Amino acid sequence: MFHREAGNFKTTYASDMALFPLPITRWTAAALAVLFIVIVPLVLHEYYLSIFNLVFIAIVGALGLNILVGYTGQISIGHAAFMSVGAYTAANLATKLGLPFWVTLPAGGLMAAFIGTIVGIPSLRIKGTYLAIATLASQLIIEWVINHTPAISGGAAASIQVPRPTLFGIDLKSQSQLYFFLLFFAMLAIVATMNLARSRIGRAFVAIRDQDIAAEIIGINIFRYKLLAFAISSFYAGVCGVLYTYYFGIANYEAFQINVSIDYLAMIIVGGLGSVLGSVLGAIFVTMLPIAIRTVVETFGGYIWDTNALSAVAASMRLVIFGMLIILFLVLEPEGLARLWRNIRNYFRAWPFSY
Amino acid sequence: MGSMKEELEFLFSLVVSGVSIGLMYSLIALGFVLVYKATDAINFAQGEFVMLAGFFATSALTLKGMPILAALLFAIIAMVAMSFALERIVLRPLLGRPVISVIMATIGLAAILRGLPPITIGAQTKALVLPIPDTPINFGPATIPPIQLLGVTVSLVFLAGFTWFFMKSRMGVAMRAVADNQQVAMAMGINVERYFAIAWAMAGVVSALGGIIWGSMLGVDTQLALVGLKVFPVVILGGLDSIIGAVLGGLIVGTVESLAAGYLDPLVGGGTKDFAPYVLMIVMLMFKPYGMFGKHKIERI
Repeated sequence: MFHREAGNFKTTYASDMALFPLPITRWTAAALAVLFIVIVPLVLHEYYLSIFNLVFIAIVGALGLNILVGYTGQISIGHAAFMSVGAYTAANLATKLGLPFWVTLPAGGLMAAFIGTIVGIPSLRIKGTYLAIATLASQLIIEWVINHTPAISGGAAASIQVPRPTLFGIDLKSQSQLYFFLLFFAMLAIVATMNLARSRIGRAFVAIRDQDIAAEIIGINIFRYKLLAFAISSFYAGVCGVLYTYYFGIANYEAFQINVSIDYLAMIIVGGLGSVLGSVLGAIFVTMLPIAIRTVVETFGGYIWDTNALSAVAASMRLVIFGMLIILFLVLEPEGLARLWRNIRNYFRAWPFSY
Repeated sequence: MGSMKEELEFLFSLVVSGVSIGLMYSLIALGFVLVYKATDAINFAQGEFVMLAGFFATSALTLKGMPILAALLFAIIAMVAMSFALERIVLRPLLGRPVISVIMATIGLAAILRGLPPITIGAQTKALVLPIPDTPINFGPATIPPIQLLGVTVSLVFLAGFTWFFMKSRMGVAMRAVADNQQVAMAMGINVERYFAIAWAMAGVVSALGGIIWGSMLGVDTQLALVGLKVFPVVILGGLDSIIGAVLGGLIVGTVESLAAGYLDPLVGGGTKDFAPYVLMIVMLMFKPYGMFGKHKIERI
C-alpha cells in the first residue's frame, strides 16, 4: 500500500501475493497501528475522536460497496438499504431479546447478506444500467417495507432506541471508548478485504468484472460468485448499519435513505474503484467534507444568505459540491485518490533525478 | 361500499386519472428513452431536468416579468442549451468508459441540480400558472383537471412526432444507425458526435415541456424532481429504447398506481402509490429484463 520498490524480484506466487511484500510495508503498517491505537486517542480531543469514529464506520461500508462495485463490477444503488436491514435487525434483537453486541452485530450482517443475496438474483440476468435500476428499486422497496411494518420499525416514528454496547461489564459511552470499539472493526474490515482481494474468490471477482463471459468460459461459476459478491458486500453494509446504530444509540430509517447510498458510491469513486486504500481515503474524504462545508457556510454564509436558512444552505451546498466532485473525478481522474497517491509516490520515487 | 354501479364508477374514474397521469409520465420517460436510444447513456437526472425546467419557467415569469409564452419559450431554450453543454462537458469525455461512469456522472449531476435552487433563488414552492381554465372537465363519472388534459395532448403529440421522426426522417434514421453501432455509423459518414448532441437537445425540449406541465400541476420546488423516480418503472416495463414502450409503460404505471392508491391504500395505510410500480418493475426485470419492446443485447467477446 505505502511501500516503494526498486524492481520486481519475486520468484514465487506466494511472495507475489503476500500481504506485506517488503519489510518496509510491515513497518509502515506497524507505525500506522501505533499512531491510531496509541497516539491519536491520547492526543486528540473528544470532538475530533467523534469525527474519526464516523470515518471508521464509513470505512466498513465503503469497503463493502467497493467489493461489489470496484472488484466485481456490479452496480448497486441500494447499499444504504442493506445498512438499514442490519441496523433494524440488531436493534430488534438488542431491545426485544436483550442480546449483547457480539451477537447482534454478526446477526445484522448475516440478515443484510441474506437480503442482499435476494436482491442480487436479478444480476444473474441483467447488468449495467438495468442492474442499477433494479438495485434502486430494492432500495425504495426495502425502505418502504421497513417504514410500513411496525414489527420491524418499532412504531410510528420508525426508530428504535438501543442500549449502549458493553464490553467486560463497561458501557461504551464516551467517544474515546467508542473509538477503540469502532477502530477494531474498521481494521478488521480492512485486513479482511485485503485478504479477500488476493484470494481465489477475489481473483474470480476481478475476472467477472473485466469480462464476465470470458470468466465463465475459463470455469468461474458466475452464478455463485455474483451472489457471493452481493452477500459479502451486504454483510459489510449490515455491519456498518449496526455500528451506526450503536454509535448513535438509535436505529432510524432516515439515516439510510437513497442519498446515503449515493454518498457511499461517491466515496468509492472519489477514493478509487477496486482499491482498499481508495475505499479508506474516500471514506475519510466524504465524511470530513460535509463537516468542512458546514463550518465554512456557518462562518461566512451569513454575509450572503439569511441566517435562519444557513443549515438548509449548507445541506444544499453539500449536494452541489458532492455532485461536482463525483463528476470531476470521473472526468479527470477515474481511478480516484488512490491513483493520485500512487502518482505522487511515483514522482518522488526517483526524485530529484527523474530522468 | 356502495352498489355495483358505484363500484364501477369508482373503478372507471381511477382508470381515467391513471391513464392521464400515465401519459404524462410517458412524456418524461420519452426524454430518457431518446438519450438512451441514441447514445446508450442513461440519465439518472431526468427528474432534475424536469425540475430545472420548472424553475427556469417560474423565474422568467416572476424575476424578469416575461409574458407567459415568452417564459415557456425561455425555459425550452435554456434546457436545450443546458443539455448541449452537459453533453459536451461531462458526457463526451466519458465515451467508451464503463457503464457505471455515465450512471454516476448523471447521479452527480442530479445532486448538483437539486442543490442549486435553494442556494440561488430559495427553496420555497413557486406557482407556475398557465393561461388555461381550472374547472375540471367531466368524462362520464370521472373528472380530469384541464392541465392533465393539456399534458395528455402534449404527450400524445410528442410521442407520435418522435415515432415519425425515428421511422421516416433522415435524421431519425441516422440516429438509429448511431444507436445500433457507432463505428459502422461513423464509417457510413454519419457525424456521430453531432447526433449525440441532437439527442440530448431533444431530451432537453421534452424535459422542458414536462417541467412546465408537471410544474404547473404540482408547483415548482425541489420535490418536483421526484417525478423522475417514476420514470424508471415506465422505461423498464416498456423497454429502455422503445418509444411505444414508453407510452405503454406510462399507461400501465399510471393505472397501477391509481388503482393501488384507490384499493390498497385504505388497507395498508397509504404510500402504495410510490411502491406498487417498483414491485411491478422488479417482476419484469426478473422475467423479461428488456421489457415489452426493448432490444435484446447479444454479447460477444
